[in-house]
Amino acid sequence: MVEQNENCFRLNHLENSWDIETYVANGGYEVWKKVLAGELEPSEIIEEVKTSNLRGRGGAGFPTGLKWSFMNRYAPGQKYIVCNSDEGEPGTFKDRDILRYNPHALVEGMAIAAYVIGASAGYNYIRGEFWEPYQRFNNAIKQAREAGFLGENLLGSGFDFDLFTHLGAGAYICGEETALIESIEGKKGQPRFKPPFPASYGLYGKPTTINNTETLASIPMILAKGGDWFNDLGVHNAGGTKCYSMSGHVNNPGNFEVRMGTPFKDLLELSGGIWKGRQLKAVIPGGASTAILPAAKALEMNMDYDSIAKAGSFLGAGSVIIMDDQTDIVKVMQNLSHFYWDESCGQCTPCREGTGWLYRVLTRIVEGKGKLEDIQALKDVSGKIMGNVICGLGDAATIGLTSALEHFEDEFVHYIEHGCSIYDRS
Amino acid sequence: MSSTTTSPKNFIQGDIKARIDKWIAIYPEEQKKSAVMSALRIVQECHNGYLTNDLMDQVATYLEITPMEVYEVATFYGNYEHAPVGEIKLCICNSISCMLRGNQGIYDYLEQKLGIKPGETTADGRFTIKKVECLGACGGAPMMQVGKDYHENLTNQSIDLLLAEWEK
Amino acid sequence: MVKIEINGQVVEAQEGCMLIDVADDAQIQIPRFCYHKKLSIAANCRMCLVEVEGAWKALPACATPVTDGMKVHTKSAKAISAQKSVMEFLLINHPLDCPICDQGGECELQDVAMDYGDDVSRFTEAKRVVSDSNAGPLIKTDMTRCIHCTRCVRFGQEVAGMMELGATGRSEWMEIGTYIEKSITSEMSGNMIDLCPVGALTSKPYRYTARAWELIAHKSIAAHDSMGSHIHVHSKNNEIKRVVPRENEAINEVWLSDRDRFSYEGINSDTRLTQPLIKQNGSWNIVDWETALEFTVAGLQKTLVNSQDIGVLASASSTLEELHLLQKLARGVGIENIDFRHRQVDFTIDQTDFNVPTLAHEIVDVEKLEVVLIVGSYLRKELPILNHRIRKAFLEGAKIAVVNPIDFDFNYKTTLLNIESGMVFNLAGIAKAVLDIVGETDQTWLNSIQPTDEHIAIATTLVDAKKSSIMLGQISQMHADYSVLQKLASIIAESSSTTLNILPLAANEVGAHLVNFLPKLGKNSAQMIKDGLKAFINMNIEVEADFTDADAAVNAMNKAEFVVNLTAFDSDLQRQYADVMLPIATYAETAGTFVNATGLKQSFKMSVEPKGDAKAAWKVLRVLGNMFDIAGFDYVHSNEVLSELLDNTADKVDFSAVSSQLPTSNNDSKVQIISPYHVDAVVRRSPSLQATPDADPATMGRG
Ligand SMILES: Cc1cc2nc3c(=O)[nH]c(=O)nc-3n(C[C@H](O)[C@H](O)[C@H](O)COP(=O)(O)O)c2cc1C
Ligand code: SF4
Ligand code: FES
Repeated sequence: MVEQNENCFRLNHLENSWDIETYVANGGYEVWKKVLAGELEPSEIIEEVKTSNLRGRGGAGFPTGLKWSFMNRYAPGQKYIVCNSDEGEPGTFKDRDILRYNPHALVEGMAIAAYVIGASAGYNYIRGEFWEPYQRFNNAIKQAREAGFLGENLLGSGFDFDLFTHLGAGAYICGEETALIESIEGKKGQPRFKPPFPASYGLYGKPTTINNTETLASIPMILAKGGDWFNDLGVHNAGGTKCYSMSGHVNNPGNFEVRMGTPFKDLLELSGGIWKGRQLKAVIPGGASTAILPAAKALEMNMDYDSIAKAGSFLGAGSVIIMDDQTDIVKVMQNLSHFYWDESCGQCTPCREGTGWLYRVLTRIVEGKGKLEDIQALKDVSGKIMGNVICGLGDAATIGLTSALEHFEDEFVHYIEHGCSIYDRS
Repeated sequence: MSSTTTSPKNFIQGDIKARIDKWIAIYPEEQKKSAVMSALRIVQECHNGYLTNDLMDQVATYLEITPMEVYEVATFYGNYEHAPVGEIKLCICNSISCMLRGNQGIYDYLEQKLGIKPGETTADGRFTIKKVECLGACGGAPMMQVGKDYHENLTNQSIDLLLAEWEK
Repeated sequence: MVKIEINGQVVEAQEGCMLIDVADDAQIQIPRFCYHKKLSIAANCRMCLVEVEGAWKALPACATPVTDGMKVHTKSAKAISAQKSVMEFLLINHPLDCPICDQGGECELQDVAMDYGDDVSRFTEAKRVVSDSNAGPLIKTDMTRCIHCTRCVRFGQEVAGMMELGATGRSEWMEIGTYIEKSITSEMSGNMIDLCPVGALTSKPYRYTARAWELIAHKSIAAHDSMGSHIHVHSKNNEIKRVVPRENEAINEVWLSDRDRFSYEGINSDTRLTQPLIKQNGSWNIVDWETALEFTVAGLQKTLVNSQDIGVLASASSTLEELHLLQKLARGVGIENIDFRHRQVDFTIDQTDFNVPTLAHEIVDVEKLEVVLIVGSYLRKELPILNHRIRKAFLEGAKIAVVNPIDFDFNYKTTLLNIESGMVFNLAGIAKAVLDIVGETDQTWLNSIQPTDEHIAIATTLVDAKKSSIMLGQISQMHADYSVLQKLASIIAESSSTTLNILPLAANEVGAHLVNFLPKLGKNSAQMIKDGLKAFINMNIEVEADFTDADAAVNAMNKAEFVVNLTAFDSDLQRQYADVMLPIATYAETAGTFVNATGLKQSFKMSVEPKGDAKAAWKVLRVLGNMFDIAGFDYVHSNEVLSELLDNTADKVDFSAVSSQLPTSNNDSKVQIISPYHVDAVVRRSPSLQATPDADPATMGRG
């Protein structure tokens, strides 16, 4: 039996799980009250989070406790906590469910983080298309404010914290943390060059901590049950549970919160196995920005950072895209390259010029007009983008393609030689 | 690029103004500019779903920023429209998971029903189909966004039901 | 200081400096496009990628701060591969139309491509084409050539202070431009031409008139305002093809105003006078110089019976040598009616003093001011380079208050005092408030003034600030109550320890004072016009355009018996009233000296030969001096003229002639507002400048 829904999704089965009543009835805001009562020092909280081995769920997997420790709580001046609910990486849809079904966990998590870093204001950046999740979250803010969990001099502690939502307007790049900051400032979402990092120069130029929705929503339970509890749920190097988004050719797509290190096979089974009675061909385990793995490698791995890395990919945001044995990998790559081309912010040269180049070559191949040199061109262009750009989007645009060329080069060759995919019999 | 449609003068007043003011209020006082995205969204929503140069200029004036700052934002984010669109805009996800689960069938079926391809608007101005990137609901692929709602696990049947509803 | 190693060479640097600056100082070349030392760091072009030991990827030198012990390689395989990659990406969508591109030969992309571009690109997809819109008469856009470095956009935001260009759209569809069809109106817009590393933004007037390698560069000094900006005049076949800034940190940095950049069109105008002309029996004849000068001397001698009947008028954009010789000639024959202040109407102070206008700060120090009170000036348009320094001060937190009759568009935030109250009242209010704050009581004539809250607020900041300044501009100087404004300003300045500046406007206004081109014993410009003299000698002026009371000036000329014009331009009006027209060189066609607003004497050489038979005015005046037999006119070189001049520095002004009474009416509306492109005969003849909104006072600065 695979344990499910022990943290972020623990209330999902309840009616009106998004209501403050449900949340409070199930132990919600207890930690926040303890914090406000002065029973948990900021430094203790950081220690607890470090112990929990919680790594950022936005994709990079940076240890959360360590990130929080970069902020000087006692430095004078405004500081901000920002939550990243931009969720735009193809294959990812877990934060949407946290916002819809457990928004109070995020409110509480953000409040605790704000306390730790000494921020009196926070923003949650929700992608503009998430109207329903936005309303649920906003309603949660309202309820929390009414209950005295947000606002001024909270529960007589002298600590002020208020929380707001900023709505996006359709730009994947705003998930990148500095682009997200620019976007809240009312500008185009173009990533900033780092250094300086947000911890020293963030929103409105003020020290800022940014975390993913799932990261922050995990905090209340970590502090309620202890860092060790969370750490023990996971594996060495990564504690806790993780919300995996299963999509593609499975019978039962959706989100599954399971423990770090759960075998991929089990996760596949949870999502009902491959549809139409077919076989697994390939998996993108961490969202569109991670390398594609052939079935054999995927079936052997466990769902944690180190194990997926050993298999040749990355856990990313835990967005597992399943492809059956009829999948045209070249078209998949064309689709992904279209995404990066479309979503590039356009500021830096290799990404602006290179992503479109990749897409055009792939489109030519798909249209039966490819040349054998194109394969080398795809590899070269990818190499010229990789590492030469400002943010991770440019790099990401090459990762899937490079890995597909590694594992499925013959399908590209077939396309070029026959003008069609290996599945077209025409 | 330049739009010839003239929009109402002083568009930002009454209810529209009140809604924008609510957004302005959540940012620090000297950071009115932060409200530009929401202001544009609200203005677009109240103006048949698209922006004009004049409306963007009005937003600039209202937020005390330069028109160029507004144009930059309004052309960067995918949700803003700069030309008239149908009353009902079908934003169909075109990214990987929806592709894997057959979004092409959805395009084909809609073309058959409405006679338009992605990027087009029906002659009566009722419908526009737009291809968009991942909407973060891949578990319900294929899916689309219409107005503020998501419609997931689309099939020909569910599209028929929706179309029937919109007929009313 | 830290030590780093670049390509094995040990270099000392200030910690935190960007690597590219450190490399530049050590003369180690790193290619770049988006980086510009005067703009914020964008790090978007990625051309400056270098290898830093310990970093997995190449880092942009423009945005990487140096740290002690850093080891950098700018030419390692990793660095070169990154640079070549970027170069290839930049070229795939670049049209490579160098043969027909105006930037050819001075294109940064072309230069870097020589070093880093591969000859053959594998890119076989269709290239991007970007449509252009008309950006006005000065700048031609070819956006297909744009490499998206955003220098022009950052210039607009950071330097010009008006975001006229932006980067709209995203990804490959990102376009630099005005978005809607619109002229670029910044008075400094031409700098974007220099900043653009490729041929996307080029000069409309210069376009297709020459290739960069055909041009000869001449060092010179800009002639249309008192800043003394350093320029290069570029000529081909003895014709000026363009003017560009010459870097000078103390004055114009790397910038130039549009007026100083595009005015050369006027020099090439076909209205230039190229031969001496004399009027005989009502008709104009072309004659040789000798005949013309003899005719001149004869004509003047008739009037010289009474030297008080002759007036000598010149423009303060004439050189120091020209002004000196002209006044020397005049005084040599006993003429004392000498003046250059044709727009001034209130000459009260002359009775006791000739107040030398100056900028009392070094131009660089203006950046450090904490408070500036601008009185009667659209400073952006009057003195763009000075205004830029004030903008820099503003960006560092300075407060700027303005007393003006019109709500002009400044490119920084200002506090504009109530226009309705009038400039005099506003200044009196501030003066009284300052006196109240510091507890001075001897200016009893101001006792009846009730300062407003605004006056008190500004007075307080002036008193509190360590570095504050009052600047009186063109509108003050043309004001009917100029002397009162000056007196009030000086009271404020003295009581609040604020520096007082009467801003010289024309290129050589300070010089004109230094050589005493002033009616010390005779009539001032307005009196000469009003009284109507028998003869006039005019240098570099057009009476119909350079005088506040132009009608009276034209009238006076028409009535005079004998008028000599030393002029670079022909015109119907002159042919009507003048008797001799002597063709003289413009500033670019003569050697000379300008004294800028801070008193800095700057000499320059001739850039091109004068047009036709035109001669340098100082040479003409030398001959005339000899013909009149005046001693000391044997100069062979303009330097010798200069060495004869004495410095005289301004002392404190004596205001005793200015009545201690405030005017009873508000005279603000009587001041004529002058377009920046109307200030002298040369700029008035630049068609491109005349086609901009700034050419008309009704539209200037309103975009
Ligand atoms: C192109 C790009 C897109 C990203 N999109 C998201 C996103 O949608 N949501 C998210 O949480 N993080 C996203 N990230 C990662 C964020 O930059 C950042 O690392 C993260 O929000 C930090 O939170 P965490 O430490 O809790 O993971 C993205 C990064 C890149 C480079
Ligand atoms: S890598 Fe792409 S998305 Fe990221 S900053 Fe550069 S252009 Fe923008
Ligand atoms: S010069 Fe450094 S990235 Fe452009």
